[in-house]
Amino acid sequence: MRRIEAVNDLVIKFANINGTGSASANNMFAKAVFRLGVPVCAKNIFPSNIQGLPTWYEVRVNEKGYLGRRGGVDLMVATNGQTMKDDYHEVLSGGYFFYDSSKPLPPGFKRDDIHCIGIPLTQITIQEYSDPRQRQLFKNIIYVGALAYLLDMEFEVFKDGVKAQFKGKEKLITPNIHALELGYQYAQQHYPDVCGLSIQRRDLNEDKILIDGNSATGLGALYAGATVAGWYPITPSTSVVEAFEKYCKRMRIDPADGRKNYAILQAEDELAAMGMVIGANWNGARAFTATSGPGVSLMSEFLGLAYFAEIPAVLVDVQRAGPSTGMPTRTQQSDVLAAAYASHGDTRHVLLIPSDPKECFDLTADAFDLAESLQTPVIILSDLDLGMNDTISDSLEWDDGRQYKRGKVLSAEELDNMTARWGRYKDVDNDGVGYRTYPGTHPTKGSFFTRGSSHDEYAAYTESSEAYVRSMERLDKKWETAKTMVPAPIANQSKNQSKVGVLFYGTSTHATLEAIDQMKQQGAIVDGLQLRAFPFNKDVEAFIDSHEQVFVVEQNRDAQMKTLLINELQTQPQKLLSILNYDGMPITADFITECMQQALTQLKVTPLHSDTAKRRG
Amino acid sequence: MSYLRPNFRHPDLKTNEIGYTKADYEGGLSTLCAGCGHDSIGASILQACFELSIEPHRVAKLSGIGCSSKTPAYFLGASHGFNSVHGRMPSVATGANLANRDLIYLGVSGDGDTASIGMGQFAHVVRRNLNMVYVVMNNGCYGLTKGQDSATADKGSASKKGAPNPYEGIDLCEMAIQLGAGFVARSFSGDKQQLTPLIKAAMSHQGFALIDVVSPCVTFNNNAASTKSYDFVREHSEATGTFDFVPMKDEIITQYNAGDTEEVTLHDGSVVHLHKMSKELKLNDRSSAMHEIERYKSKGQILTGLLYLDPLTPDTHELLGTTDKALNSLTETQLCPGNAALQSINESFR
Repeated sequence: MRRIEAVNDLVIKFANINGTGSASANNMFAKAVFRLGVPVCAKNIFPSNIQGLPTWYEVRVNEKGYLGRRGGVDLMVATNGQTMKDDYHEVLSGGYFFYDSSKPLPPGFKRDDIHCIGIPLTQITIQEYSDPRQRQLFKNIIYVGALAYLLDMEFEVFKDGVKAQFKGKEKLITPNIHALELGYQYAQQHYPDVCGLSIQRRDLNEDKILIDGNSATGLGALYAGATVAGWYPITPSTSVVEAFEKYCKRMRIDPADGRKNYAILQAEDELAAMGMVIGANWNGARAFTATSGPGVSLMSEFLGLAYFAEIPAVLVDVQRAGPSTGMPTRTQQSDVLAAAYASHGDTRHVLLIPSDPKECFDLTADAFDLAESLQTPVIILSDLDLGMNDTISDSLEWDDGRQYKRGKVLSAEELDNMTARWGRYKDVDNDGVGYRTYPGTHPTKGSFFTRGSSHDEYAAYTESSEAYVRSMERLDKKWETAKTMVPAPIANQSKNQSKVGVLFYGTSTHATLEAIDQMKQQGAIVDGLQLRAFPFNKDVEAFIDSHEQVFVVEQNRDAQMKTLLINELQTQPQKLLSILNYDGMPITADFITECMQQALTQLKVTPLHSDTAKRRG
Repeated sequence: MSYLRPNFRHPDLKTNEIGYTKADYEGGLSTLCAGCGHDSIGASILQACFELSIEPHRVAKLSGIGCSSKTPAYFLGASHGFNSVHGRMPSVATGANLANRDLIYLGVSGDGDTASIGMGQFAHVVRRNLNMVYVVMNNGCYGLTKGQDSATADKGSASKKGAPNPYEGIDLCEMAIQLGAGFVARSFSGDKQQLTPLIKAAMSHQGFALIDVVSPCVTFNNNAASTKSYDFVREHSEATGTFDFVPMKDEIITQYNAGDTEEVTLHDGSVVHLHKMSKELKLNDRSSAMHEIERYKSKGQILTGLLYLDPLTPDTHELLGTTDKALNSLTETQLCPGNAALQSINESFR
């Protein structure tokens, strides 16, 4: 029988029942891979439920550093009877099926192309432990120990991991290591040389961290000087504010009196959360909120106010599968249009789109500078896959010389020194951005009335058509300014090498980059460009213009980014070809490659052949 | 009502302790209907700020949408104002207050803005005890959309349109007491003598202060069958008592009969004296306040004046444990932990 043989290039999937402690055991495994210096990313595929339903954890180990999903499972760790049949069939031919052999496999598990590895997890725990809760928890640790053996992993790394994890709770260290050893020894005795997969030490994680995007986003807000967060719990965004609070508790307590240099308020709903953010920003504090699609719908009213009254606001949208409640614990990139055009009337919002935890940190910090410089809401479009899963990322860095860009805000002294009459919405610098004042700045100067109704340059209510049109046109001019300030897209090549290109953004980035490499291995060159912001920087239009066909890879049904590109740029719609994945699972490289190949064959478009590219040097 | 206001001011206009005249507290011209109760409330707010010697720029005025919510443009022109969205003023005020606890927050809302579309936000700003004065200009109808009944219209009351309201009216004062407000009062736009000291006391109170002011809509809800008309309120209201507000720095000279007067010292040292008409009312007793409001209601009367006062309720900042300094005054050095700290965080993710 064929056996999948691979070193540092494999996919392991854990099938568990949620609420049984499997998440921390699985995390222990992923972290051990990371500590062996091998790139790893883990996808937690979980139900909208607290206990008892199926949950999976898919770990991709890849020393080339590909971080997206590959597709296919080489080794399944099946501990959930509810899904065992499906899990069994998901294993690739030549792959491995690891199961709890306390009971024999039921009839119907008759594949002859995979290798079964049965370890009596339940029996071992019954022999070893009397407390049912311990039996449950250590069952998970035992299979991690068995994997350590099966995958030739250094056992010391697991021991060190346990020691680090339970620092401060020392009495838990010995029993956890014991459970690891139980699994390791059983596998060693019963399954020597069965598994052809192997994870071997490398040195590829220098300066890397293994972190979830939401933690990085929360840290970005803290480093950017956010002091107020109004929020309403919603999966998958909740851990953004939780991370912000966790680190604020460590680093934002006033040493003199022990009081908090921040305020986090759980609002009654998303409307109120956004209202708090707007009120605080209006009053000169950096404030933000985090939500997901349903929250964006509710916040739309306020986003229109902030757009029209020109109040900075930072909103983190960790997208999930919609519409409506949709699949609340599955990922999607389906709020692109809802966020870009949130609210009634002519409104457009700045979007920043991170693809990995480092970008979550950097773009969140940038969002506050942009929101205040442009005096408008800035929405960070993350998603569940990025927000809640642990991914290898470059370390987070803060330039200590960096200064917050607070935008055009007049001090009392500046108001005193003004010679011309000040108007809150006067376009003095011809960039569409006026000068604002914080409440309480000056006893007699600089007060104004903020409103969502039409107003003139001096913030006075007006129903004059001319004044209204002037202010709408100035907002448009500000939009032009925004194009020069948002982060530029990142090209995958120094200059065009093909007449076929591919655009991608956010969490579609990693799988697409891998697909580009796969295409290249098959002899086809495709140029890539990672979008990072809306409005589109001029490089985006240039990229589309300079290619005959451009794929747009995204994780929604309706090709929302493609719609946005067609709507906002002078581009021919037929040039753009969508590659869409919207089943709630992170997109895979195999899928993208397959779509590109099919489309190019159908269209009879031949991308520049890699041999030709080589010849041209 | 649009009218012209002469620029001339008497050269000997009285100044307050900080040297401001009443003119310094004026705002833009009102565009409300002639005789609108809301303008009288605005005048009382102006008077209260003048008498308290509050610097106008230390006040932030916030409102929602509706006739009432337009009024902040008509007083305290040197204050920043924020006319937000319908029913959402409480959350904007909350964010503003979190950002800078040193200003005085004056929220102005209406009965539609508060008791219907904004009911959720109203309830939650009360239970968080945000340090603000929340004035409801309550006319029982939607003025700006031409007189539909609002949720505070009394059952059976009929506006100019004529059909009696079939639904139960919401009593915002009872709600606020139940939800933990420290200062709850009801007044009448036609009774400046009562309203002005109530606003002064509310501004001195630390925590959430509600003043529900019945303010007749002269255009749509001032007819004989309405319980929010000038005539009805004048004939059917009874005050909890006459009311004195003594700022902290003033010596208390008046003598009152013991038993009839309740005296409460506010957080800033000011003292409130209530000379009670109703001896049943105990100011810091929720059930007594609720009982008295309902007792008068059952007689077909409106109980006005100070209804409930507990000066010791901790406000949102106290509940959250935020710093005494305004959060918007913290410097980058205080806010940004720097790269060295970030490197140790990185280490925890390895």
